[in-house]
Amino acid sequence: MQGSKNITINFIINDEIFNNITVPVRQHLGDFLRSIGLTGTHIGCEQGACGACTVELDGKAVRSCLILSSQINGSVIKTVEGLDDTLMKKVKEIFLKHNALQCGFCSSGMLITTKEILNKKKKLNREQIRTEISGNYCRCTGYQSIVDAIEEAIEDNIKDI
Amino acid sequence: MVDITLNQNSKLGSIDRPNSYIGRSLTRDGAIRHLEGGGKFVDDLILPRMVNSAFLRSPYAHAEIKSINISDAQKYPGVIDIFLSEHIDTVCKPWIGVLSHLGEMRSPEQSPLAKKIARWQGEAIAIVIANTRAQAEDAIEAIEVDWVEKEPQINMETALDKDTVVIHKELGNNLFWTRTVEQGDVKKAFKESSTIVEATLDFARHTGVTLETRGIVADWDKSEKKMSIYHNGQAPHMMQHIIAKHFDISEGLVRVISKDVGGSFGIKVHVYGDEMAAIAASKILGRPVKFVADRLESFTTDIHARCHKISGKLGVDKNGKFLSMEINDLSGIGPYSMYPRTSAIETNQVLNLSGSPYIIPNYKAVGTVVFQNKTPMCQYRAVGHPIAVAITEVLVDKAAKKIGMKVEDIRKINFIPDDQYPNKTPSGVPLEDLSHQATMNKLLKIMNVPDLEKQKKLDLEKGILTGIGIISMCEVTNPSPLFYGVGGAHISSQDGASIRLEGSGAVHVSSSITEQGQGTEAIMKQIAADQLGVSMDTIRLTLGDTDATPYGGGTWASRGAGIGGEAVLKAARTLKNNILKIASAIMQTDIDTIDIANNSVIRKNGGEGISLKKLAETVYYRGHEIPQGTNPELIATSSFYIEGIPFVFTNSAMGCQVTVDQDTGLIKINKFWVIEDCGTQINPKLVEEQIRGGVIQGIGGALYEECVYDDQGNMQNATMADYLVPMACEMPDIIVDHVITNSGRSILGAKGAGEAGTGGAPAVIMNAINDALSSMNKEVTSQPITPEKILKAIGKI
Repeated sequence: MQGSKNITINFIINDEIFNNITVPVRQHLGDFLRSIGLTGTHIGCEQGACGACTVELDGKAVRSCLILSSQINGSVIKTVEGLDDTLMKKVKEIFLKHNALQCGFCSSGMLITTKEILNKKKKLNREQIRTEISGNYCRCTGYQSIVDAIEEAIEDNIKDI
Repeated sequence: MVDITLNQNSKLGSIDRPNSYIGRSLTRDGAIRHLEGGGKFVDDLILPRMVNSAFLRSPYAHAEIKSINISDAQKYPGVIDIFLSEHIDTVCKPWIGVLSHLGEMRSPEQSPLAKKIARWQGEAIAIVIANTRAQAEDAIEAIEVDWVEKEPQINMETALDKDTVVIHKELGNNLFWTRTVEQGDVKKAFKESSTIVEATLDFARHTGVTLETRGIVADWDKSEKKMSIYHNGQAPHMMQHIIAKHFDISEGLVRVISKDVGGSFGIKVHVYGDEMAAIAASKILGRPVKFVADRLESFTTDIHARCHKISGKLGVDKNGKFLSMEINDLSGIGPYSMYPRTSAIETNQVLNLSGSPYIIPNYKAVGTVVFQNKTPMCQYRAVGHPIAVAITEVLVDKAAKKIGMKVEDIRKINFIPDDQYPNKTPSGVPLEDLSHQATMNKLLKIMNVPDLEKQKKLDLEKGILTGIGIISMCEVTNPSPLFYGVGGAHISSQDGASIRLEGSGAVHVSSSITEQGQGTEAIMKQIAADQLGVSMDTIRLTLGDTDATPYGGGTWASRGAGIGGEAVLKAARTLKNNILKIASAIMQTDIDTIDIANNSVIRKNGGEGISLKKLAETVYYRGHEIPQGTNPELIATSSFYIEGIPFVFTNSAMGCQVTVDQDTGLIKINKFWVIEDCGTQINPKLVEEQIRGGVIQGIGGALYEECVYDDQGNMQNATMADYLVPMACEMPDIIVDHVITNSGRSILGAKGAGEAGTGGAPAVIMNAINDALSSMNKEVTSQPITPEKILKAIGKI
């Protein structure tokens, strides 16, 4: 990297505390996550269009290719590898049941987006679900099975409210 | 959705027996790894001493390289080396993308990197090897090239004109290949036709847009003289052969590993210069080299598809019977024919498949394939089908409307009747085990056409343009050696499977079919467990490794289930027989009195059996307890290829209802139905998901996707934001149902199911839109059918 600089920052990823980590200022978050072995976050377009690299940053679903790793100082990040609470375990079961994935390349981003949908604790119809996931491209399934899965996950998540 | 479809294939045994898994929509348990972030994609791999690469690519569609100066770039931080064509060519022999069985194909030699002349925007010129991809990209900026721009040959329609630039001087003109198919007497039959309809359709270039871009890690171990390749491809053994051949390595010393692949759709089954250059760099440097394309590289170097202009003519008698069909197809394939499948096959499929559901006694098809200074074009999902199906089904609709018949009725009287197979396409290709009548009848029933017609009428009264479309089609699956092998390509039509019982009682299956998300892992396990009589959880599976799986063709042309699945079935049956022989010796009983169920050898008349675990332990650890001369074999390997016919065809009928917005030109697909006959369904849920995914890619081609070029050959929309792929919000739910006619070519009886959606959706959408526009007496003929084209058609702009 010609003229590149590094910066030292602190952050939390999947409940693990990272202190005094030096990252190149030019590197995007997706590349950084992958460089530390969190390869479940996939890079599809590097311009924020496809959604494959979506991660959770301080509670919001964001494109890790549009954020520099140097911007995450003090932040809390969740990647697909860290989706292990009861809610997301259930969501993964539901995805499997509906075969809401084929090649698996979009799945990590799709799950993070689903998590954000579920956080709203709101019932959505199929059209609304389709709108919510329109920032996540899937070239294999045709989306229907993903919509089926999210529909069931929403039902399951709000049934006790 | 069908939850459990019991297979209707008596050759597979009773559905009531234990471990009956074929025909059931079991969950793809192995897919959990993707939901845990544990997929193993090429770019996830890091090897010791591995270096990265990036390519200097031609910014011009056609330009001469006067000189290249790499001296500044070589000094950039992290740069290890930079190779040009002259370096790469010292270790990699060139290739030519031609086959011998379809008449003369003319395409020049191609090397990994361009020499002297670049012939498309994006063609690789130099490979920079650096510690990181970012460093390699930085160094590319410092390579100085003295370019002399040449006039590009962009337009396929003027490619053969006298004054057009010739891309390869030695060929004399821009013709790659041409073929004429003729059956009967077309001229005479048109004279005898009471009605003749004509159409000319355009299909833009589009591409596969696999979400995971192409990637490779090449690892040359000079101590063993062994090349290990980690590749997100579809055909590991084909790549093994090609790499051995072009890099002069003994084939047994090339290992190709293809683990998780993030979508392929035919894009990842070809030989790409940049991947070959990365392999060459590894061989020169003696260390692992990674190349993973970025999205811009994908758009400008992954093969493109379609790019056809087709004219057709259909002659019918006064009763609506088809007498004669003639088509003339022109296609542009970029500057080279791809290797090793060639870029002739899409056009060849158009010639073979047009008119294929129908009896058309007189048929003529002419295909012409020309060179252009654009990205090379080759086989992508549903090769040729969208063009063949659309020209046929558009003409059929036109004929019906012209003679005042219902579109379903004209189809019904012209179908090859379901009870008249084996038969042939109008082009002369053998057909068998198809069911156009039954699938169409089922389609019309579930669509409820009268209701749709009623709604259309009501909509029209309100000024809303609603249209209904239907089509029938044949789908090429399970190719035999007569597809590629006969033409000299070393592309295996055979697949192999090996199954062994291990000491723990676990069953290990390996297959030459690979997994790209279709569910190969699940169906191979289902077939093995079903045929062996063991539970699903006893099966372990290895795919995608030339060192560890039997030889075979891999995953393309919807051949995995029908060919690879049959190999697994045969191996499982052989292993079962082996086990029963051993068991009969141990149990001192006749082989006919025992069977395998629930992981044990059982006595058919009751009584104590023996678990497979115990049997395996006896064989592996206490062979002295087995009668001498039993020769126990707890492993079986089988293979299979289709004999006697070129392909096992599947057939489909599709319908859709669309609304055309007269103000915006936007199309809304309200409903979409597919009836597919792919024979035995090993896992109905996975079949349906193949169909749905296929339909969505077909909708992409029909309405959105296009590689847009300017007149200088620059691709204008090579980003995910500018190139429109279907998004969730604009896609319909798709209703899928089935007719089941087993293939008689195998015990399993399975045909393929991955192409139909992509092959049929463009035609049925075009028919539905034109039905909607018919009240205004307008039509569209060019795909993608963009809002602009709609508005132009209805005279709004």
